[in-house]
Amino acid sequence: MKSFRSHRGILATLDRANVDTDQIIPKQFLKSIARTGFGPQLFYDWRYFENGKSNPDFSLNDPRFKNAEILVARNNFGCGSSREHAVWAIRQYGFEAVIAPSFADIFRNNSFKNALLTIELKEAEVGEIFQMVERYPGLEATVNLDEQRVTLHLPEEISFHFAIDPAVKERLVHGLDEIGLTLKKEKEILAFESSHDCQMALARKGFRQRP
Amino acid sequence: MPKTLFEKIWDRHVVSSLSGDTGLLYIDRHLVHEVTSPQAFEGLRLSGRKVRCPHLTFATMDHNVPTDDRFHIKDPVSKAQIEALTENCREFGIKLYDLKSDEQGIVHIIGPELGLTLPGTTIVCGDSHTSTHGAFGTFALGIGTSEVEHVLATQCLPQKKPKTFRVEFTNRLQKGVTAKDMILKLIGTIGTSGGTGHVFEYAGSAVKNLSMESRMTMCNMSIEAGARAGMVAPDETTFEYLSKGDRPFAPKGRTLEKSIAFWKTLPTDPGAEFDRALTLDASRVAPQVTWGTNPGMVLDVTDRVPEPDKVPGYSRKDVEQALAYMGLKPGTPLMDVKIDTVFIGSCTNARIEDLRGAAAIFRGKKIARGMRVLVVPGSQTVLRQAEAEGLDKIFKEAGADWRESGCSMCLAMNPDQLAPGERCASTSNRNFEGRQGKGGRTHLVSPEMAAAAAISGHFVDIRK
Repeated sequence: MKSFRSHRGILATLDRANVDTDQIIPKQFLKSIARTGFGPQLFYDWRYFENGKSNPDFSLNDPRFKNAEILVARNNFGCGSSREHAVWAIRQYGFEAVIAPSFADIFRNNSFKNALLTIELKEAEVGEIFQMVERYPGLEATVNLDEQRVTLHLPEEISFHFAIDPAVKERLVHGLDEIGLTLKKEKEILAFESSHDCQMALARKGFRQRP
Repeated sequence: MPKTLFEKIWDRHVVSSLSGDTGLLYIDRHLVHEVTSPQAFEGLRLSGRKVRCPHLTFATMDHNVPTDDRFHIKDPVSKAQIEALTENCREFGIKLYDLKSDEQGIVHIIGPELGLTLPGTTIVCGDSHTSTHGAFGTFALGIGTSEVEHVLATQCLPQKKPKTFRVEFTNRLQKGVTAKDMILKLIGTIGTSGGTGHVFEYAGSAVKNLSMESRMTMCNMSIEAGARAGMVAPDETTFEYLSKGDRPFAPKGRTLEKSIAFWKTLPTDPGAEFDRALTLDASRVAPQVTWGTNPGMVLDVTDRVPEPDKVPGYSRKDVEQALAYMGLKPGTPLMDVKIDTVFIGSCTNARIEDLRGAAAIFRGKKIARGMRVLVVPGSQTVLRQAEAEGLDKIFKEAGADWRESGCSMCLAMNPDQLAPGERCASTSNRNFEGRQGKGGRTHLVSPEMAAAAAISGHFVDIRK
């Protein structure tokens, strides 16, 4: 996995609470069996009209947010369906981080697997970022994972500290292959399996049983 | 130290403690469907990894399946996704309940039917409604595709230990009020992120009195309150469900007796502490109808569409956006809202009891003029049972469309969709914008409420 240390980029705001993954990537795009190509489909039903023209009222279509790499939204971002396609779409559109007062659990887990940094700040702090983005078009921020800090590059810089699970931070900073890490615990898994009853009553023919 | 149901299951499944409160959990059952798995299998191929426990992994196809003519999938992209699952299951040696199988159905409906869902086990699936299986006293959680790949490769999943949240429903439900109304009431009370980071344990006399299928409905929508999972302690109702019927993977005979003895040790110990707790009076729960664009935007059927500045937990702007999308005016009685389409189906409400409940309302009646009604059984097993009981005839005589099993209009990845502006009373789980079709307007209700709306053309209070 790609590692994440620090990133500086333009902020884009999406002034909505409870943005669900059905909005982030509508269902018709989940039929793909590939892991790429989702960027153009991000927020599809909000971004485009029925005729395929882009909707000028949707914030990501605002010329100020062209080339934005850090998304700022309201409470409970990423709720609903577990589709990881939502995270792929956000990453492939070009975002490196999302800042919100809270995230849905599955979305946040998915984001860390794809080196998309989800940053929880206090509601008032997120509100302040919204205000600053309004006041300073093209405002840039640096999200620094090592220091757990978001810095707004204003004439007088403002910065906010954020918390993150140390285990998640470690994986992101080093870009660790999580499956590889678990596979290294093969001995422990075998020992566990030798005494664990997973209650599989019917041993199916033709399948190798473990251990 | 006294433990909760969740803690007992968690502790039994920790293979290794990782840092902090993160554990490497062993997964007893991995359920797979066509939408969230292809990239996971591709990941295994790219890294040269195998499926560690094919015998604990089970697959079916449900999201893309046409419910009228399942063997002729017109959309080539849907067809390719179905074919990819077939090929992946063949290559990696995974049991697949495909479209030809008599046991095919929505993944969360067939797990319990097959006896794969058992108390005290862990279950994952790349699908947020995996919480359904918690009805058995199972720790069942929805995961993303990277996690699907992780479980395929290792049969383990690193997880941060969630907090516990006891939700008690006291007293008895009124006639005509269902588990669907209980869970919608809960989501309306605590909001769509009220359960984030927590596992619900549903308890209290009203939960104890629910059938297994109703408990599944309730646990199914735990995710709509943001919870990691929802659970009900196993009891005689659970044991009876697992002892009866043809459930090939459920224990039998002496093994069953031993299993029941173990399952009886699972309920939360007296004095065990929860991180949070909430008590609701089930006797005061009315039939629920959602009015907005998430399941927390819900009211009693006797209420009116709310004023934008009078909805706790939502900003004026949130409510205005929701009402504009839904095409509703504040102050309109919900019972005056006219419906174009009714969908009875989904992993929330497409089991046999749901269909019986709807059929009881439809019996001898006709649907309103111009109404489109889809009744979609959750599995081929449910379909056969419904037909054996003659329920299909009741639906058809009322003017409804009786279909074959699949996810259908719950998420519109198949031909069953709403047209823009079409208004639907739906027994599914999400009223998000565009969920049932771009521009479609969804009102979530119970099967009985949906059937009554199909007949009247608008919402009615089925208690009357």
